[in-house]
Amino acid sequence: MSVSNDQMIEMLRTMTRIRQFETRVQEFFAAGKIPGFVHLYIGEEAVATGACGTLGATDYITSTHRGHGHLIAKGGDLKLMMAEIFGRRTGYCKGKGGSMHIAAVELGILGANGIVGGGGPIANGAALAAKYRGTDQVVVCFFGDGASNQGTTQEALNLASAWKLPVVFVNENNGYGISCPTCKSMAVADIADRAAAYDIPGVVVDGNDVLAVYEAVAEAVKRARAGAGPSLIECKTYRWRGHFEGDACVYRDDQELADWVKKDPLQRFENKLLADGLLDAAKVESIRQEVARELDAAVAFAEQSPLPEAAEVLEDVYA
Amino acid sequence: MAKMTMVQALNLALRQRMEADDSVIVLGEDVGRDGGVFRVTDGLIDQFGENRSVDTPLAESAIVGMGIGMAVFGLRPVCEMQFSGFSYQAFHQIESHAARLRRRSRGRFTVPMVVRAPYGGGVRALEHHSESREAFYAHIPGLKMVIPSGPRNARALLVSAIEDPDPVIFFEPKAVYRAFREEVPEAEERLPLSRSQLVREGRHVTLVAYGAMVRPTLEAADQLQAHSGIEAEVIDLLTISPIDDELFTASVKKTGHAVVVHEAPKSFGPGAEIIARMMEKSFYYLEAPIIRVTGYDTMFPLFAREQWYLPNARRIARAVQETLKH
Ligand SMILES: Cc1ncc(C[n+]2csc(CCOP(=O)(O)OP(=O)(O)O)c2C)c(N)n1
Ligand SMILES: [Mg+2]
Repeated sequence: MSVSNDQMIEMLRTMTRIRQFETRVQEFFAAGKIPGFVHLYIGEEAVATGACGTLGATDYITSTHRGHGHLIAKGGDLKLMMAEIFGRRTGYCKGKGGSMHIAAVELGILGANGIVGGGGPIANGAALAAKYRGTDQVVVCFFGDGASNQGTTQEALNLASAWKLPVVFVNENNGYGISCPTCKSMAVADIADRAAAYDIPGVVVDGNDVLAVYEAVAEAVKRARAGAGPSLIECKTYRWRGHFEGDACVYRDDQELADWVKKDPLQRFENKLLADGLLDAAKVESIRQEVARELDAAVAFAEQSPLPEAAEVLEDVYA
Repeated sequence: MAKMTMVQALNLALRQRMEADDSVIVLGEDVGRDGGVFRVTDGLIDQFGENRSVDTPLAESAIVGMGIGMAVFGLRPVCEMQFSGFSYQAFHQIESHAARLRRRSRGRFTVPMVVRAPYGGGVRALEHHSESREAFYAHIPGLKMVIPSGPRNARALLVSAIEDPDPVIFFEPKAVYRAFREEVPEAEERLPLSRSQLVREGRHVTLVAYGAMVRPTLEAADQLQAHSGIEAEVIDLLTISPIDDELFTASVKKTGHAVVVHEAPKSFGPGAEIIARMMEKSFYYLEAPIIRVTGYDTMFPLFAREQWYLPNARRIARAVQETLKH
């Protein structure tokens, strides 16, 4: 799959957006402006960016509790996202969902999901609907290494393979489900090995290399659109922050983190584009500045937006 | 005696039961090395090793299902669900098997398992992380559904739950986890399951509450006394199911008025059962309709309106005034 220069620059912009968005959320959480739980995607930007880069506007994704990056990569509006995370009524879910439950139906985002492993069967359903209606839409189902151990995930893999549903299962293996390292929760070395059990392609990619993710997912999307069924793409990556903001991370050592920070997916892609002469340092800086301004606007929008009225709590329960 | 938070008191209960009985095993997501996301199992792995404080894969159904098998064959598993809102992933194991094995086997297989789960609002978290759905479990014959309200009774009830021969769903009010401290004696204490407690005496109205709602209910009772001379009797249910209806029906016979408080949604909630019992057993003593002060029939709202959703002392006191108009 060849990626155009413009597309690559767009990917760099998306990754920059995710990084800066998450950094702002981190700061506002620390300042007590965002309550509840937030799970940040810093360090994993290449996965969402590469995977969503292969999709069209009418394709679907299911996301996870660590979903901000997926939403941004699928075209989520930063203002509406930030407002939702701030719990404001102008947010994607009128301030009723919060960080873990952002859905944006018009963008094909079936929802971040507070239930780990919740996305697989829903992705299958969306894929079945597309198949039934004869559209060529595909669904990307994001899920973590922890989620891969939920029964629902394995049920979904089996069903999608048995019925050749147009789903691409994109596993984000960041090495941990909260404190539990993958070596303690599964015997296989690679989650992609499980694809063999369902007779579907299983591919391991460097999840910090956005182009590698793009290529693997693009191949799987092509296959799915052609009616050849699902694939499982495992992206090896790492989360830089604690599981949630405030996590003391007693379960992993600083060296491990430091090693992964050296493999920064954003820096790496930037360096590649600079080396290939696709852009210069000034252009990189201008992308950063533009994104920073978008985020200033998003934060201002969120902060100035009203909280939901009490009576709204009772709305939207039924038609 | 040491002053402890509920988290510390629960930790003490687990530690002492594990010391006394090597068949007691704690299992769940992040309960080992991490000590649990709320730190209830903190330090157990250091004292008892990873075979007794077991980090499982992320799979609630597997955790509870394993608990059943372990319990049937002589162990005393204490399963942790990270939040009660995730326990639905294990619902089929709880409902279809844990609750039914005794009866199916005519008493030869028993399931002495505890499933612990933090529940309830007040911590500014979203949906599954704040809800109060004890009614799901209270509705199932064969299960015991227990909800402590403070550090000391939490410790004593958890000890009893672990020793109980039947499966116990043990909901812990996370809003109370670190909200206040109580004296908790070092020596193991037990409270009988299926026994409610009188926590405040009064003659004008009966208030029934449990879990995190006991504190605002007591606060309302104090305010009513101070401002209007109304003497409210407060009963802490402690076990939701099988329910102890003796104390509250006797109380209603004395007061003729009642208000029931819970943060779970109103319809088909525990309040409905409590009031039905009052009607069955103390109808002729009632002088006014019984009022429920509860959460609303909707999903738990995000932080901004959380305090609007949750019952508080003001709402409870208003309901008391209302029922006493009759
Ligand atoms: C059904 C369910 N169980 C437990 C949790 C609590 N929880 C939230 S995220 C998480 C770990 C998820 O690990 P993984 O799938 O690897 O995703 P990551 O956080 O690493 O991105 C857990 C246990 C939950 N939200 N839902
Ligand atoms: Mg993970």
